[in-house]
Amino acid sequence: MVREIEPPSVQKEFLLAALAESRRLDGRLPLEMRKVDYIFGEELGCVECRLGKTAVLAQVTATIAKPRDDRPYEGFLLINSEIGPMASSVYESGRASDDEVMITRLLEKSIRRTEAVDREALCIIAGEKVWHLRLTLHFLSDSGNLLDCAAMAGMAALRHFRKPEVEVIGDEVIIHSPDERAPVPLAIHHTPLCLTFAYYENLQPILDPIHLEATLCAGTLTLTLNAQREICVLSKAGGTPLAADEIMGVVRVGVERVREMVKHLEEELEKDKSTRVVEVR
Amino acid sequence: MSSSRLEILNDGGLRHDARRPYELRSTSFLLSTSSSSSTSSSSSTGLTPPDGSSTVTQGLTSVQVTVFGPREPRQRSLAAHDRATVAVEVGVVPWASSGSGAKRTRGDKRLQEIGAAIRQTFEPVIMTHLYPRSEIAINVQVLSADGGILPTSINATTLALIDAGISLLDYVTSISIGLHLLQPLLDLSQPEEMDLPTLVVASLPSSGKITLAQMETRLHVDRFEEMLTLGTDEEGRR
Repeated sequence: MVREIEPPSVQKEFLLAALAESRRLDGRLPLEMRKVDYIFGEELGCVECRLGKTAVLAQVTATIAKPRDDRPYEGFLLINSEIGPMASSVYESGRASDDEVMITRLLEKSIRRTEAVDREALCIIAGEKVWHLRLTLHFLSDSGNLLDCAAMAGMAALRHFRKPEVEVIGDEVIIHSPDERAPVPLAIHHTPLCLTFAYYENLQPILDPIHLEATLCAGTLTLTLNAQREICVLSKAGGTPLAADEIMGVVRVGVERVREMVKHLEEELEKDKSTRVVEVR
Repeated sequence: MSSSRLEILNDGGLRHDARRPYELRSTSFLLSTSSSSSTSSSSSTGLTPPDGSSTVTQGLTSVQVTVFGPREPRQRSLAAHDRATVAVEVGVVPWASSGSGAKRTRGDKRLQEIGAAIRQTFEPVIMTHLYPRSEIAINVQVLSADGGILPTSINATTLALIDAGISLLDYVTSISIGLHLLQPLLDLSQPEEMDLPTLVVASLPSSGKITLAQMETRLHVDRFEEMLTLGTDEEGRR
């Protein structure tokens, strides 16, 4: 594995000294996120999310498959998230680094295990045909906090996506092309989004660390929350030990932040919808 | 699925294995348990015995941890000039879980994640600066799995590191906490773990600070706070 060059100690000292005065290198407040931008593609279900210079492109596609024998009513949702060298030279294709495993697992837990997408609604004929959704994430550039960006892109793409309408007559399934009948959105229960906090010794936590901040921090904590004030995933693996009320502090901050983020995402989706002709009659 | 019919907490306030909500399973801690540490077998096979080992059993979950090191790193490139590096390998024996569930192999993402969690938990606790240019290898073998693999592994790793004589800042203790309706439960078994929101907490008992917290299921924020404080208190009592 390619090892990154450690940042020089001057840089480290400067960053910590600045943080002690609650200043960050890019002029943000400690608990401020970078600007989130959604760029919607031509097709439905193709969204690029930008978080500062970090960019992730998410694409949802649907095919029809046979369900598993023990779950005849459930469709599939597959999340493809391989980080290639395009994002940053430290990632090798083919071999998963520890970071990559963490990102993949957390995405899996936040989107799939929390049942964000109603999989039973993907059923066409029980035991015979179900929709098989594939969410592919392309990590375009890594300037820190890939996970949060990927979760936003993924959820945006799932909410943006529409599957073709199907009609079942007896045993026969008719799939209507989008020009015939308007495609239908997926049944989505809630919108879980990730937030990553970085910790430093004896300093207050910061939200959305850039690459340098993440390399120099003493530990990170990732929260997945939704607008209904539910924690979906919490993961703090090692790093500086924290007291319970410190964790609760960031959870409370997270709850507010996620509500704003979901609202922003919904506004963007609404804006995009108004520019698109989806209904064909 | 059989687990959906399971009664988590009956009318008498007992769990499916007749424990009270805050009762832990029977626990045993054994030190220096690795068979290869007896000198006769190791000299004949040519294997180096581990520097420390332990077996921790919590109910039907049993984990053996062996620690090698501090030693010269196997890969030169992994050495750091000012501290020791920690490498964790997690394996599950094929007969560990009873029938159900997919078989886990070495490259499994779940096992890799457990390994990464153990490594990140212990890196700040081990006084790595005392062992520059060396490696501490932690080998976790799950002998039988009945819920709570991660907390049991963390407890076993603490003991194995102590057995190996490696300097630690503090003990690390860990426990899993579940929530059934409004009632928190401690030290979950496999069927409970499948049905309930689960939180794994690892903390340093002397300061009461939390080094690891992991949760995978949807849970309301207010409930979460209760579970977190309960877990930390309970670990302090260990």
